[in-house]
Amino acid sequence: MTDSTASSKAESAGVRSAAVELYTDPRGFGATIWSWITTVDHKRIGIMYGAAALFFLLIGGVEALVMRIQLAVPQNDFVDAETFNQMFTMHGTTMIFLVAMPMAVAFFNYIVPLQIGARDVAFPRLNALSFWVFMFGGLYLNSSFLFNAAPNASWVGYANLTSTQFSPGPNVDFWVIGLSIVGVSSLIGAINFITTIINLRAPSLTLMRLPLFTWMTFVTSWILVTAIPVIAVALIFLAADRFFATNFFVPTAGGDPVLWQHLFWIFGHPEVYILVLPSFGIMSEVVATFSRKPLFGYPIVVYAGILIGFIGWGVWSHHMFTTGLGPIADSFFVASTMIIAIPTGVKIFNWLATMWGGSISFTSAMLFGIGLLAIFTIGGLSGIMHASAPVDLQQHDSYFVVAHFHYTIVGGAMTGLFAGFYLWFPKVTGRLMSETLGKLHFWTFIIGFNLTFFPMHFAGLFGMPRRVFTYPAELNVAGYNMASTIGAFIFGLSSLIFLWNLWRSAFRGAPAGTNPWNAGTLEWATSSPPPHYNFAEIPEVKSRDPLWSSKFRVETKPLSHDEEPIMPSPSFWPILTAFGISLTWILVMTRIWWVPLIGLAVTAICVYSWAFQPEFRQARQEQG
Amino acid sequence: MILLGDNPGERGLRFLNPVNILVLVLSLTIVACGGDHPQSTIDPATSDFGPAIQNLYLTVFWWAMLILAVVWMVLAYVLIRFRARPGDPEPKKTHGHLGLEIGWTIGAAIIVVVITIPTIRTVFRIQAPAGPDALIVEVVGHQWWWEFRYPAEGVVTANELHLPVGRTVDLQMTSADVIHSFWIPRFGGKRDLNPWVREPNDRGPKINRLTFTVAEAGVYLGQCAEFCGLAHGLMGLRAIAEPEADFQAWVQSMNSPTVPDSGSLADRGREMFMTSTCIACHAVAGTNARGVLGPNLTRMGARMTIGAGLLENTPENVAAWIRNPAEFKPGVKMPGIAEGGGGLPPTGLSEEQIEAIAAYLSSLR
Repeated sequence: MTDSTASSKAESAGVRSAAVELYTDPRGFGATIWSWITTVDHKRIGIMYGAAALFFLLIGGVEALVMRIQLAVPQNDFVDAETFNQMFTMHGTTMIFLVAMPMAVAFFNYIVPLQIGARDVAFPRLNALSFWVFMFGGLYLNSSFLFNAAPNASWVGYANLTSTQFSPGPNVDFWVIGLSIVGVSSLIGAINFITTIINLRAPSLTLMRLPLFTWMTFVTSWILVTAIPVIAVALIFLAADRFFATNFFVPTAGGDPVLWQHLFWIFGHPEVYILVLPSFGIMSEVVATFSRKPLFGYPIVVYAGILIGFIGWGVWSHHMFTTGLGPIADSFFVASTMIIAIPTGVKIFNWLATMWGGSISFTSAMLFGIGLLAIFTIGGLSGIMHASAPVDLQQHDSYFVVAHFHYTIVGGAMTGLFAGFYLWFPKVTGRLMSETLGKLHFWTFIIGFNLTFFPMHFAGLFGMPRRVFTYPAELNVAGYNMASTIGAFIFGLSSLIFLWNLWRSAFRGAPAGTNPWNAGTLEWATSSPPPHYNFAEIPEVKSRDPLWSSKFRVETKPLSHDEEPIMPSPSFWPILTAFGISLTWILVMTRIWWVPLIGLAVTAICVYSWAFQPEFRQARQEQG
Repeated sequence: MILLGDNPGERGLRFLNPVNILVLVLSLTIVACGGDHPQSTIDPATSDFGPAIQNLYLTVFWWAMLILAVVWMVLAYVLIRFRARPGDPEPKKTHGHLGLEIGWTIGAAIIVVVITIPTIRTVFRIQAPAGPDALIVEVVGHQWWWEFRYPAEGVVTANELHLPVGRTVDLQMTSADVIHSFWIPRFGGKRDLNPWVREPNDRGPKINRLTFTVAEAGVYLGQCAEFCGLAHGLMGLRAIAEPEADFQAWVQSMNSPTVPDSGSLADRGREMFMTSTCIACHAVAGTNARGVLGPNLTRMGARMTIGAGLLENTPENVAAWIRNPAEFKPGVKMPGIAEGGGGLPPTGLSEEQIEAIAAYLSSLR
């Protein structure tokens, strides 16, 4: 045995003990579970968000494969119409609300406090509440499968199909309540991150020195804080229609179903940027890190992100060009949608310019970054096609649109998140992910993704509408559908490779060290995995990529037990409060007006007890 | 041709055999090059509406291709030229170049303007009101079939839209239940059928319109494009565009009832039809059948398909449909041996009665 392998084994053992010490409780398995349930540590909450998102990714992926088997050949009878409708409704709802959003939130949680040199988020217990509300909402939504009553009115839930008259079963109840619960979680999280980024930055870390990912988290959180209330209004209207017989969306009683479309898309289009901006942030970090150059035109990329966040509010009716709003409204939304293409295009060129003149290493993270550039551009350009309202009259609700938004949401948001996993996994676990498996993941992803979604452009152009459980052979789109189905299975395989890589590397990956990528931002200044207090001393940040500056100094020696800063104590009130909030909504299903008050009472008791539980229980003094 | 043609070898998971996969790989290349696509959005030479969209689509398409080519070429160049090699010096830490950034911002803005101007022109052009001599057809969407009313001609029909070639049509569209969307791709774009909502200040109901002139006779396929519930995928639509004279002859025929020979099977079917619950929902012009909840069956025998494009219109298929419509269309309101989707009781018709009614309906040619 050579010295180097001996030392790397010793190093590996050191990583294991650090990670084990951080993530387990010495008193045993039960105590470890309890420590996770009651944790208020942003890093643990981030890991739980990520794990939950991956769990829901599997569910949403299986739903997608069921659809692809059904559509592989014309007139197939693998599943019936009802099952198919449940599959596409739950696939869309799951992938957006339970996968893409929480996966980004996982990175917000884990990375943002590290990037700004903070010890935790501004409201650690609120952070735990946000996670548990999300988890309960997601589990509740999926529990509908147990009752054979999964939502079946599509992820956009267009009124008046969702009214009691046309959807009498509990399916839509599950949807409206599940989304309401998940929305509460997003709102809480967003407020937390806005406060954190404004207040907890390290000394001298001015706004224009913030890493791009933190910037995009900031913008995304603002969009969430403003957009979630809009869907909350829509959902409350719908819930009132369904449970208390109001008529907001019931045309026979003077309500207007088109109102739902406006409310849904006033939320829904900003939601698109909620999904994609975090990935743009990750993308900016990845491109800079692996080109060994600072981000080209930092201020313009930041302003472009803010501009996208703002203009994203003025484009919602481009989802409604077929609704019949008239030529003047159509023209306005054509123009505003076209304008939003400009900052998006600018970002793409700035990333290219960042790579120009750099020294590009093709790590798995960078491969996904390059993948984003290549395939998101296709989605952006097909987006310009629908932005042209008359063209959209042909493409709307066809498979062309299905291709488009998978190129943006998978090709933009998910690819960026995958890059984020490869970039930050070493920071979280102290171990590198396998590059071999990473590259296998990337290439199977690229082949599977494009084989699934590129043929959908043709299926759509040849007149195949979306959300159909079957199609006649005479449409002559069978070949494209078969290709999509084969691609979907390759895509599924690539995701399994990814999960295997995560699992395997968490235990057997090579030790990463503090800064394996030689990156410039602050999260790489602390050890991997970081101690629960993040930084031994809060560093002073005098430039955008402090670690690339020769003047940057930070204390990396771990603190002894007595020197450790006092961190917020664990608390079980967040999970109980989350239970109360979820219970309140779920009891609305009984349709008896006073029953939800039980849940409200539980919530009130929990909030009261929470308020009187000290945030710091001075554990050290007691032990000492 | 027909959606539910029986092809049991390709059901479920059984299609995953090597022969099918080989056929797919071969057919993909061929399909990509041509073949007949009855719902093609990019072969719309049959009306004025379609080509207006098509021209715009091509404009945007070529700009998009240009941008894609530039981005991909720059990306490819960068990846080859600036890949890390051993012994590379540390790259120069440039932070930006204001001129360049302003340059590509303005460049993007110019392209956007170039696309937006013809777009807005087309938006107004295709939504221009129809002239006074246009043929008005009221289109009403139902779960899951289409109703077509020709108010000036006094004709009501279902699922097959007859249109004269060369005359502007003014489709005035609403829905009887949930939102649907009228889409015949080779005529042009789609437009939603919103449920009937009265506008504020009593300005009458909100009605969506589609206005276009068909240039070429033929049969055109379409289907509902807005998810409208359980059987959304089975809400087929077809348009029969015919020369003005043929169209007038069709209108004439719709207004002159046919009566089956007395004593024939069809005649017994007529009697059965008129005395059973059929007429609670269905109408046949010139008879006592005046139901309005289901499709109007005037001259049903002359239609190409039944069940909104679902089955070929043969007496056997009509009988099978009457026997158990839910077998073909899940959730359908019409009852058969089982209850209908809206809770209507089973018809309780005997096999003989079903065949007689099928014969009657098929005789309405």
